[in-house]
Parts: sequence; C-alpha cells; structure tokens
Amino acid sequence: MAAESSDSEEEDLVSYGSALPALQEGERIKKPVPLQEQTVKDGKGRYQRFHGAFTGGFSAGYFNTVGTKEGWTPSSFISSRQKRADKTILGPEDFMDEEDLSEFGIAPKDITTTDDFASKAKDRIKEKARQIAGVVAAIPGTTAFDDLIGPSKITIGVELLRKMGWKEGQGIGPRIKRKPLRQKPDPQVKVYGCALPPGLSEGSEDEEDEYQPENVTFAPKDVMPVDLTPKEDVHGLGYKGLDPTQALFGISGREHLNLFTGGSEKTSDLLGDLRHSKGRKLGITGQAFGVGALEEEDDDIYATETLSKYDTILKDEEPGDGLYGWTAPKQYKSKKRFETEVKYIGKILDGFSLASKSSAPSKTYPPPDLPRDYRPVHYFRPVIAAGNENYHLRKALEQSTGKLENDTTQQSRHTLNASQRRDRLGETVLKGPAPSVLEYLSEKDRERLKEVKQASEQQMKVKMLPQQSQNRFQPTSANDAPHKWQMFLGGQLANAGSSDFKPFARNPEKQKRYESFVQSLKQGQKDMLEHYLDPSMTEWERGREQEEFFRAAMFYKSSNSTLSSRFTRAKYEDDVDKVEVPRDQENDIDDKESAVKMKMFGKLTRDKFEWHPEKLLCKRFNVPDPYPDSSIVGLPKVKRDKYSVFNFLTLPEATTSVTQATNERIQQNNNLNKPKKPSRWDVSDKEKEKKDSISEFISLARSKVDIQQQPPVPMTEECGTETNETLPSETANEDKDQEESRPSMDLFKAIFVSSSDEKSSSSEDESDEEHQPTVSVINSETNKQVDLPDSSSSNVQENVTATTEPGLPLLPASKEELDVAEEFGPRLPPAFSSGPIQQQGPLVPASFPGPSRKEKHKKNREKHRTKRDHKHKKEKKKKQKKHKNKGKHKNKKSEKESSSDTEDSSDSLSDMDTTGLSPKELLRRLKELQH
Amino acid sequence: MLRRFRRRRRKRLLGGGGGGGGGGAGPGHGLSPPAARPRRAAAPPGAQPRVRAGRRARRPLQRDKSLKLWNPHKGTLLRTYHGHGYEVLDAAGSFDNSQLCSCSADKTVALWDVATGQVVRKFRGHAGKVSCVQFNEEATVIVSGSIDSTVRCWDCRSRRPDPVQVLDEAKDGVSSVKVSDHELLSGSVDGRVRRYDLRAGQLYSDYVGSPITSVCFSKDGQCVLAASLDSTLRLLDKDTGELLGEYTGHRSTTYKLDCVLSEQDTHVGSASEDGKVYFWDLVEGSLALSLAVGRGAVQSLAFHPALPCLLAAAEGRLQLWREETFEEGGDAPA
Repeated sequence: MAAESSDSEEEDLVSYGSALPALQEGERIKKPVPLQEQTVKDGKGRYQRFHGAFTGGFSAGYFNTVGTKEGWTPSSFISSRQKRADKTILGPEDFMDEEDLSEFGIAPKDITTTDDFASKAKDRIKEKARQIAGVVAAIPGTTAFDDLIGPSKITIGVELLRKMGWKEGQGIGPRIKRKPLRQKPDPQVKVYGCALPPGLSEGSEDEEDEYQPENVTFAPKDVMPVDLTPKEDVHGLGYKGLDPTQALFGISGREHLNLFTGGSEKTSDLLGDLRHSKGRKLGITGQAFGVGALEEEDDDIYATETLSKYDTILKDEEPGDGLYGWTAPKQYKSKKRFETEVKYIGKILDGFSLASKSSAPSKTYPPPDLPRDYRPVHYFRPVIAAGNENYHLRKALEQSTGKLENDTTQQSRHTLNASQRRDRLGETVLKGPAPSVLEYLSEKDRERLKEVKQASEQQMKVKMLPQQSQNRFQPTSANDAPHKWQMFLGGQLANAGSSDFKPFARNPEKQKRYESFVQSLKQGQKDMLEHYLDPSMTEWERGREQEEFFRAAMFYKSSNSTLSSRFTRAKYEDDVDKVEVPRDQENDIDDKESAVKMKMFGKLTRDKFEWHPEKLLCKRFNVPDPYPDSSIVGLPKVKRDKYSVFNFLTLPEATTSVTQATNERIQQNNNLNKPKKPSRWDVSDKEKEKKDSISEFISLARSKVDIQQQPPVPMTEECGTETNETLPSETANEDKDQEESRPSMDLFKAIFVSSSDEKSSSSEDESDEEHQPTVSVINSETNKQVDLPDSSSSNVQENVTATTEPGLPLLPASKEELDVAEEFGPRLPPAFSSGPIQQQGPLVPASFPGPSRKEKHKKNREKHRTKRDHKHKKEKKKKQKKHKNKGKHKNKKSEKESSSDTEDSSDSLSDMDTTGLSPKELLRRLKELQH
Repeated sequence: MLRRFRRRRRKRLLGGGGGGGGGGAGPGHGLSPPAARPRRAAAPPGAQPRVRAGRRARRPLQRDKSLKLWNPHKGTLLRTYHGHGYEVLDAAGSFDNSQLCSCSADKTVALWDVATGQVVRKFRGHAGKVSCVQFNEEATVIVSGSIDSTVRCWDCRSRRPDPVQVLDEAKDGVSSVKVSDHELLSGSVDGRVRRYDLRAGQLYSDYVGSPITSVCFSKDGQCVLAASLDSTLRLLDKDTGELLGEYTGHRSTTYKLDCVLSEQDTHVGSASEDGKVYFWDLVEGSLALSLAVGRGAVQSLAFHPALPCLLAAAEGRLQLWREETFEEGGDAPA
C-alpha cells in the first residue's frame, strides 16, 4: 500500500511487506501478545500441532488421543444376515493423522514424481554429492527434496554420451594409450587414523610396476572444466565452505601444498571417491570420541613422521591434478610455468592463474623533506566578502594565494531570489491572481458592504467633519497610525512595492494609489501619505484604506506575491466559512460592573449556562452524566459565517440566554457577539482606532437600515415584554437622544432593588452616582444604554482603563510580544530570599515582634478565640439554615449580629494592633465578654 | 539548625503553654523550618490522609525548578523532586499521599510518585505557564489552570496524552482552580469565578470584577471564597452567587496571593503584600488576626484541612503556625 500510494518520491522505493495500519487519533497501541500466549494452530485450528503422530508430530492424534474427539474406539460389532461384518484389514494409514498423509507426511497422498517416471539411470555424481551433503547438512534429509523438484535426473547430453559408450568417471575424448593413474590411495585399504596425503601415494606410484599391455587404450581422464562461474557471493576471494571430506574422512592431506588443484578440490575428491566407493562405507574415521563431526581432528600423535611425507623435490604433480585433457590449459603441456610456480608460494585462488611475467615493481617515492621551520598547524585564511571596500584586500589575497576563494558571481548566485534569477534568465513573469483581502469576502458580504457604504456616504459627508473634532479617537488614529506603521515597516518597505507585487490588482485605481502610497512611504514622506488617497472618498474610507495599505505593505512582500502567483484559487470552497461560536456568551460586563459596585451580587452578576462535561470526566468524578444523550462537549455551539465581516464586528445578536425576570433585560440587551476572548492587554492604540472606526461604521449602517425599516421605538426599556428581536431596532439616532430619554430613577430601583431595603437602595444611589460620572463622561452613555456600538466602545474604554501595560500593536505577532503577553494577570509574588537568608532559615524575621510579648498576645487571643469559636458554630448553623431561604439572609444576618458581635469585632480589631493594648487589658475585656 | 529551632520551640511552649486550650486557628508560632527553599511540606504520616495544608508550597526561587517535600512539624526535608524545566508554580497532593501533581512555567503538568521521586507522567498541552493545579478526590483527574485562559482536565488513569476536557470559557488567564467531588471552580483574571457543576451539567459564572487571584470552596461546600486584586476577599453563596461577606484590610493589588478558609470554616485567611497573613471572622467579617510572616509579600498560604495549622511561605522560607498545645497526630482541643 505504501509503495503504490501516489507520491512520486515513493515510487522509486521498494517496500517489502505490508505497511502497518496508520494509528488512529487517540487509538491505543496494541500490546504485543506475550510469548507464552502465542500459540500455534494447524490448518484446522487445532492447538499446537505441526505434524501427524507418525511424522514425528508434536501431539499424537486429536489432543493426544487417536484421531477423534472420543479417542480411539474399536469398531463396533456388526453382524446380521444381510450385512456381514466385513473383514477390515487395518493398515497403518488407519492410525495416521491427516498430517501424516499429507504432502510432507510419512505416507503422502499427493502427486509426486517417482523414479518410475524419471530416467532409469542414476546420476551417481549427484547422488554421491547428495549423500555427503545429507550427512553433513544441518537438517538431515533436506536434500531429499531435490528428488521432488527435478523430474529428470540425467540430462539429455549425458544420456547421449552414455549411448556413445561413455561411462561415468571417464573423460571425454579419444582413448589414449596410457596407464591409468590413481589419484587416491587404494580405497579398499581401510584408513586408520590420518589418511595419507595423496602426494605420498603418487610418489610411491612410481615404484609400482604394473603390467601395461601395449594394445590397451584407456579412456582419457575425466576433467573438470575450468570453473568460469562469476563470483556472486559476498565471501572473500577463494573462500569455500568447510570441506566435508576433510571433516568426515580425515583427509588431512590438504595441508600439503597443492598448487594445481585450486578450487576444484572438492569435486575432484568426490569424483575420486566415486570411482572407488563400491566397497567402502561412508562414515567417520579416526577418533571416535571427543571430536565432533565438523571439528578438526587432532593430530595423530602416534603417526610416524617419516621423511617421505615431505616433498624432496619440486616437481609437477601432473597426474594428481585434474587439469588434464582437451580442456587443459596450454601451459600445462609446455612446462613454462615451472619458474612461476616457484615464485608463488600459496594457494592460487579459484579462477585465477599466475601471471606469466611479473609486473614491473611499482616505483615508490620517498615523502618530501619538510622544511626546517615547518609547523604542523593549520590556520584559516580570513574570508573576504565581495565588496568595494574589500577590493584591495582581496587583490592582495589573490596574489598571495594565486587564486580567489570564490568567484563573485558564483557566490551571489545563491543569494538571488527567484524573481532576480528570473530577471537574469529573461523569463516571463508568471501570471496568476494576486489576491486582495477583500476578495475573500463572500458575495453577500460585499454587497452588504457596498450598500452600507453608499448609504453611509451621504451621511458621512454631512456628519463626519463636524463629528471628527468631537471624536476622541480620530486624532490619534490620524496621527499615530502612520508613524507607528512607519516604524513597523522600516526596512521591509524596501522591497514592499517592488516589481510585480500587486495586492490590489483587481482594482487598478486602488493599486495605483497603493503604489504611490508605497513610494511616498519609502521616501519617508509622512505628511504626504494623505494626499495619494482618493479625495472623493469619505474620511472613514480613507482611514480604512490607509490602514489597509499599511497592512498590505507590511504583509505582502514580493516573495508572497511570487508565491501566490504559483497557486490558483480553489474551485470549490471548503466548508470553512462557518465557524463555531459558543451559543451562549457571557453577558456584557457593564451592568455587572455596576452591580458589583453596588454589591448586588447574585442574579445580576451570575450567568448560568448549559455545560456538557465530557463523559470520561463524569466517570472519573463518579458522577452520572447529566446529558447522557448529547454528544456536545463544553458549551453548546452554533455555526456562523466565518468570513462575514459582520460576525467579527460587534453586532447585536439575538441572544438565547436565560430570560426570566425583568431586571435581567439589560443584560440581554447588552449581550454582544464579541470577538473571541478579548484580553485585557491585547488592546492597543491600533485596535482602539480600528474598533472605533468600525463601530462608527456600523452605527451608521444600522441607522440607515433602521430608518427605512422601522420607526424608532420610544422607551423600549419600559415595555417589559420586549423580545430580543426588537433589539437591533435601537438606532443610532436614538443614541443621541439617549441622554434625554434615559429612564427615571424609579426604573433603576425597580430593576436593581429586589427588596425594599433602605440600605441597599441608598447604596445603589451612591454607586449610581459614583458610577455615572465615569461612564457618562467617557462614553456619553450610562450602563442602561442599549445601543450596541457604543457599548462596544465602552467595552474598549473599559479595556483601556484596565490595561496597565502599554499596549502593543496586534499585528506583528512577534516572539517578543508573546513574551510580554505572558506576563499578564496577577504576578506571582517575588521571591525575597537570597543567599544569606537561606542560611539563616530558622531565624525569626526582623519584623516579628519579640517572642515574649507575642506569646502573651497569642495566649489572650486564643482564649478569646475559643469562646468565639463556640459562638461561630452556632452561627454557622444558623447561617446554613439561612441559606435555604435565600435572598434575605444577608439583611437578617446583619440584624442578628448582636451588639456583642460588634464588641467582638472591635475586640478583634484591637487585637490587630495589640501594641496599643496591654495584655492585662485584653484579659479584662475577655472576662467581660465571658460574663 | 534543626536543633536550634527545636529548642526555640520548646522554650516557647514552656513560656506560653499552660494557657487554656485554644480552638480555631491557633496562632502559635510554631516553627520556621530551615528551609532554604520553601517548596512543599507534607504532614506526618499519622495525620489526616488529605493534608492539603501540607500539600502546598508553591513558588520556588526563580531558578529553582524542583519540588521539595517537607515534614513541617519536624522541619525535615523528605524529598526533592526534579524534573521541571522552569520554576514550579503550584503543586498538590493526592488523597492517599502517594502522588503529587505539580505545574510549572514550562507549560507542563507533572504527576509524581511520592516515594520514588520520579515523574510518572507529564501532561503537555497548555499554551502558557500553568499557574494552578489540583487533583480530584480520587486522584484520577488532574485539573490545571493556565494563563492560556484554559482549564484542562487530565486523566491520570489512561495513557491518553491529551486532556479529557478543555474548559476554555475564561477570557483570560486562569489563576486558581479548585475541585470538589463534583465541581470545578476556577478563578480567572477576567474577573469571573466559574463553577462547573458536573452533576447538574451547568456552568455558573459569577462576575466579581477585579482579577481573581485565588478561589476556594468552603468546607461545607456551600460557599465560595474569592480573592481579587482589589484587596478584597468575597464570600459568595455557591447556589445563588450572592455576596455573603466581604473581607478587607490586607493589601493585594499586584500579586497572585492565596486565600484560605480555616479548618472549620470559622475564619477566612489571606496572604497580603505587606508580609502579613490576615484572618477574618467568617461571619462577622471583622479582622481577627494578622500574623507577621515576613517582610515581602506572602507567597503562599495553606491551611490544614482538619487541624488548626497554617503554612505560609514568605521570603523564601516556609513557616508552620499552630497552637502551642498542638500535639502531633492528635486532634486539637475543642
């Protein structure tokens, strides 16, 4: 599977086996089966069976029974008139398992080649070889398989030769007059101990005088052809495996240097043996014990070391070697090899022969004499970069070394980028769509934008200029942004506008504006930035476009555009334009803030959501899953358009959160579809500006739309049955009227005051008062405000006030910024300890009061405590009761707290600054308390 | 050193002893163990199984990346646990004292074996410093809160590398996390205390306004105590979210300081930036006690779950406060 899988790189690779299946996400890796549990079953699923009982099976029969589940059952007696019990003669097959009868069993029933169909004549050479191999091989009898494989044992050539009168063991060729030569000692003579080396027997051969009739011709000696097989194995040259003849027959004559029988030793041995093996048994000779079959035999210490074992003269052992006959090497006949033989002492490798003339000795040159002041240390030459200022230096270096390290052009070749190389090569620019950011918007959104734009334009022209002076954010955006951007862009600008980079290619006018913008930016004309913009555009559009250009100049470097030109737009869009947004958002914190200030904790500050815990988590907590049927995890989510601009801008959303009481209405009104997770400190000037402009934009847009759709609804706050759908109907126009139409204090009270408690109402008044100036000054609205753009801006405002660190611009998400961002939240308290403090661990801190005085206080306090503790316990019980009737316990509690309590508290307060009170006085007070 | 402080303690016992048995959070200045680095301390084996007070010693030295297990009563260092790449920010112990979990600025949560000192598992997944960590009751789940504004629940049983559930409702860093038998409580810098009720399948989000530094459940499970950066501790009713009490007087404007409830919910304690530990009466809201612990901010605070013992870390040292009459392993006099 892996090999076929498409990738062009992988096509070249060869893969063996089947690939492991890819791990699923979260899938556990299977445990390997332990060895003791790995069982073997045969083809029929029986446990641990390999063979039948007769074939040396692991188990005999069916679970060590015979054949069947019931075990061996005698054949039942049948006798009747019609059907006589026929005599069954049980053969061995009846007791065999099917494994025994199968292909490799003892009585195979499969079709095999038998000798009947093979040629009658036996290839005795092979047989001999097989016999030997069968004895030697690790698994005896493996060679028996050869019979099954080869249908015919003797080739047709041999068959023909045989018909011509050839016999095995003979050479091929005309018969010659020559006495037959023996290569081996007489096989009839049993060899005890070491076999005599063949040379010895040959030597003695001369003495034998045999009767040689003249007219007798002999067949030529059989010759092993020169082995011309190419070397394919990885063994070293001349390697051959252990010679079985040496190990088995104790033929130790091999240590005698035999120059001419190189590698064909083994076969010639076999041949030699073959000839005389009629009466001879195969087997191990020599020592019976202590030596393994393949071990080298110990020297026979009792053998007589005679001089005849050694060669006394150097001579050609012509008869002994196999190289004789019509295929024999030439030099054999002409005895020129004599002197070369003498030169070379050692084994000539198989397939090699000694060279007739020795090669000229290679000349050796002595190493050069080192100069006297030579020091064996290498130092590196300084690398000189190509450049004008380095020219002289390089020149000097060039002269000294004779050549320059690197060619200038060669070096710079690698520093070129793709477009530069393309220029040099004279290639044409790749045509491709250069996307603008706006193109990613969906058609619908674009239309909406356009519509909104048109609608807003008229209003803008009228309003924008006068408003601008009032707007608190506009000046910062006009002044700060370019500077900041300029700082940011910095050096990147150099190639920002280069060559083929057209981020706004769809809109040629805009592109033109952009280019001039980049030009001016490059020249550092900050003030000129405004001039390139379309004068017919509104202020807002200008600001937006300017920002867009900044961003484009920032992000769309030329490399990006070249890259993008190589890609085409996807034909079919993925379904990624939806984004999951939590269904319930935590409500806007404005009113919560006010509630907190009024200490109206409870319903006002609480949001309650449906939350789905993971099933496993419930399991781990030993809690039943509250939503056993749901597959949701976490807060329920809904899908919304991802690329809709209106999703990211702050828009009112029909909320689905809990609606029960009227005093929660405000919360709902202010419920926003906020951008995800606004952090306190990711607000920067940049974002401020953006948000503001956007919110303005939206408010304008909505005012336009709403004027057409609905008449303004006066005092929507007072209609208690108001539904969420009416929310967007609050218009921007109303926004202006908000100050006048703000509801009276009674409404506040009706909303915020659940009980007719004086204290809380007064506190509410207070907090309202203290709340109002801050909010109204900043936002020109109150917490009661329903209009969303403004509340979003108030949101911003709140964020701004909350930030303690100078905000960083969002755009370049650099590492630095991240590091800074990590330092948010309440910091961890600093570690004060230092080296010396560590050493003085047990010492009391300096600020500690002296132990003696402290002890007294402590004692007093403890006494005091115990009493109070009892009381607390009672109170606690009360409190828990109070929990049940909610709502009023707070007030009740304060009432119930008796005067003694206040005294107590004063006591405990006095406890705090104990330095002012003497312990005696404390004791006295305590006694008073007790009574 | 050890001998010295012991002698001192004995002296103190002699001098101050004999007084009537004090109940509640007895302000006995017990010992300040010779802790070069206040890491953590465990209660002696004879104590209650869930010795959370002994289970918390956060805030090592800046360079120290280890956890140290102390016996606070004897002041002996039992074991040091190495394996975090950055400073350790919080730690907690399992109910059977066999395991520890810790979290670090290296964005990991580690599960330790107490006896061997080896890291059993490391949970990676947080995108920022992990500021708080808790076991659940059976030590099968580790709940960790991080400045990446998520709370992650890690399964200790299976070998799953990713969290069981990620609670990403917080809009800002999570500064404190607590776990009860069926609830997760998280305090976030966005000024909200969120309570995830597993049994009811509900999320209760209480807005407090000021960034939350520490939250804890009361022992009876009815209330939630939240400390925030406006130098106020608030006791909120768990069911309704109503304010039951407010405790002020300490200073907490910058640092992530701990708040505790005493062993019988009688008192509310908080660390302060002026080097003291303040205790208020829970019901009255009046300041009951202020213990001067050190000069700088009190870095960590923990109360024994069953005994009137208080652990406070300041100035790089760990201090155990208890009554004079305290007997090891025994229960405090009523």
